[in-house]
Amino acid sequence: MYTFSSKLKTFSFVLMIVGILGIGYGFLTAPKTTADVEAILKAEEHHGGGHEANATAHDAHGTSTEHTAPAAGHDAKASAEHTEHLEHVLHQLQNKPWAALYVACLFFMLIALGALAFYAIQQVAQAGWSPVLFRVMQGITAYLLPGSIILFVLLLLSGLHFNHLFVWMKDGVTEVGHKNYDHLIAGKSGYLNFAFWIIRAAIFIAGWNLYRYLSRKNCLAQDEASDNSFYKKNFKISAAFLVFFIVTESIMSWDWIMSVDPHWFSTLFGWYVFASFFVSGITAISMVTLYLKSKGYLPNVNSSHIHDLSKFMFGISVFWTYLWFSQFMLIWYSNIPEEVTYFKTRIEHFNLPFFGAVVMNFVFPFLVLINTDFKRITWIIVMAGIVILLGHYVDFFNMIMPATVGDQWFIGIPEIASVLFFFGLFIFVVFNALTKAPLEPKRNPFIEESKHFHY
Amino acid sequence: MSSNKVIHAIYNDDDVLMDAVHKTRAAHHHIEEVFTPFPVHGLDKAMGIAPTRLAICAFIYGCIGLTVATTMMNYIMIQDWPQDIGGKPSFAYYQNMPAFVPVMFEMTVFFAAHLMVITFYMRSRLWPFKQAENPDVRTTDDHFLMEVAVHDNEAELVKFFQETGAVEVKVIDKH
Repeated sequence: MYTFSSKLKTFSFVLMIVGILGIGYGFLTAPKTTADVEAILKAEEHHGGGHEANATAHDAHGTSTEHTAPAAGHDAKASAEHTEHLEHVLHQLQNKPWAALYVACLFFMLIALGALAFYAIQQVAQAGWSPVLFRVMQGITAYLLPGSIILFVLLLLSGLHFNHLFVWMKDGVTEVGHKNYDHLIAGKSGYLNFAFWIIRAAIFIAGWNLYRYLSRKNCLAQDEASDNSFYKKNFKISAAFLVFFIVTESIMSWDWIMSVDPHWFSTLFGWYVFASFFVSGITAISMVTLYLKSKGYLPNVNSSHIHDLSKFMFGISVFWTYLWFSQFMLIWYSNIPEEVTYFKTRIEHFNLPFFGAVVMNFVFPFLVLINTDFKRITWIIVMAGIVILLGHYVDFFNMIMPATVGDQWFIGIPEIASVLFFFGLFIFVVFNALTKAPLEPKRNPFIEESKHFHY
Repeated sequence: MSSNKVIHAIYNDDDVLMDAVHKTRAAHHHIEEVFTPFPVHGLDKAMGIAPTRLAICAFIYGCIGLTVATTMMNYIMIQDWPQDIGGKPSFAYYQNMPAFVPVMFEMTVFFAAHLMVITFYMRSRLWPFKQAENPDVRTTDDHFLMEVAVHDNEAELVKFFQETGAVEVKVIDKH
């Protein structure tokens, strides 16, 4: 049995407290009125970055054309535009702490979901190598419940207009004649409306958590069983879950991520998001395994198990790149305005995080993990794992931020604090769950093969 | 007396074979070669064969493929006959790089895969119309054969291999 060391527990609480303080700071310092925004923009101007350049880039609310064509001499129009611009920036800055919280919450929840998908695949494949790691995976997936509940609350708050993360929720977007009327969103409103959207979210979250609960229960029951009936049950529900998962995962990625840019769509977006959090989940499994091993637990996990996890980290990183590039290249090549604006905002205003994510998620793990021997050296895996996890956070940052905060983005206190808070919560929940059951399934039919797994 | 005498110990199970290989190595007899109908996991390590360097070759071949693709696309699309495809005139290679990535990727894989297979065949001394080297046709079906050099210890070796679970032990004069 694993005991949660008090040191790690304290560490997780420190992270959570620092996180909450930072999140609170982010909300308190967000500007309240356009006057505040004017002062902020003035201050920025003095730093050398004229906001006239910034004013051209507000694709998020679809008003960019009005800003780019200021009619000289028309003072009234110019001042109206200026007020509109200030209001727009105000919304972006008010979104900033919310978006920071949303990205971090989503990312950690998806790590648990990625680990859950990996675990289900192991069950369905009847893999012989991995049963010694099942309890580690179950520990990580324990975060799914708190993580998804917090996410659901955030989604609910968005729907109740506490923030403007989802522009398609604005009042009057679907009303012809209203000043917020948007023809494209109105056309999608049969699918993209708050009630249907939140019901879908509830069903998805309930389904995933139900599988996680039943699978864990059967796995524990199998320990004391006299036959393999619980194992077979797990096989069946895992197969059913994977079907449910791949459909809901796709829809989830449109609902919670792609819909922040409601005019834009990409048909491989679901796969792209999946690859991103799948590799993060596998990396989390690898890191927790290495941590437990360094503390003297998991005696039956040998270098071949570690090697296999590293191979998955390497392989899925390349898979992510394949999808990243496929999505980019087709849109870049066809150059259709309503599609290419997605990458134009990212390359112009998010240049460093956009290309930085490719370096962190592809170039670095590719070069480091391609060597066979490196795949089993702890410090190299941990280093690659940290870069991969940070890189995929940046990837999700790139998916959410351009549409919600636009060129007002910055990785500052609200963003870092949100990550710290959810990281602390993640550590606390995961390692607390690991103490609840023996770290090795006792009567899994493949446990002997797994113990002697040798590559 | 001559050193070109060898023992052929034949097994009908890969686990027994692996066990015998471990015992033979422990007894310091020199294993010349093992013939198996299918790849046996861990046999190379058990026999003490040095790790393969094929992966290094693959990396080099991949780099060659990438270079060939880049040079080729640069000549065709930029220098020799620049075209304006979809409003993207080919002024410089790096500007239209995303369009060339699939070709660069495919050529890397193509070169690495084909040259690696050819290298593997050459290294294994396999080429068209080559006479098979395996000494017993049953090694292509369901038997495993271990070939061990004899150094004036024929009787001792025969006895040793019979105890390792061999279904047949033969002394062969190799020419």
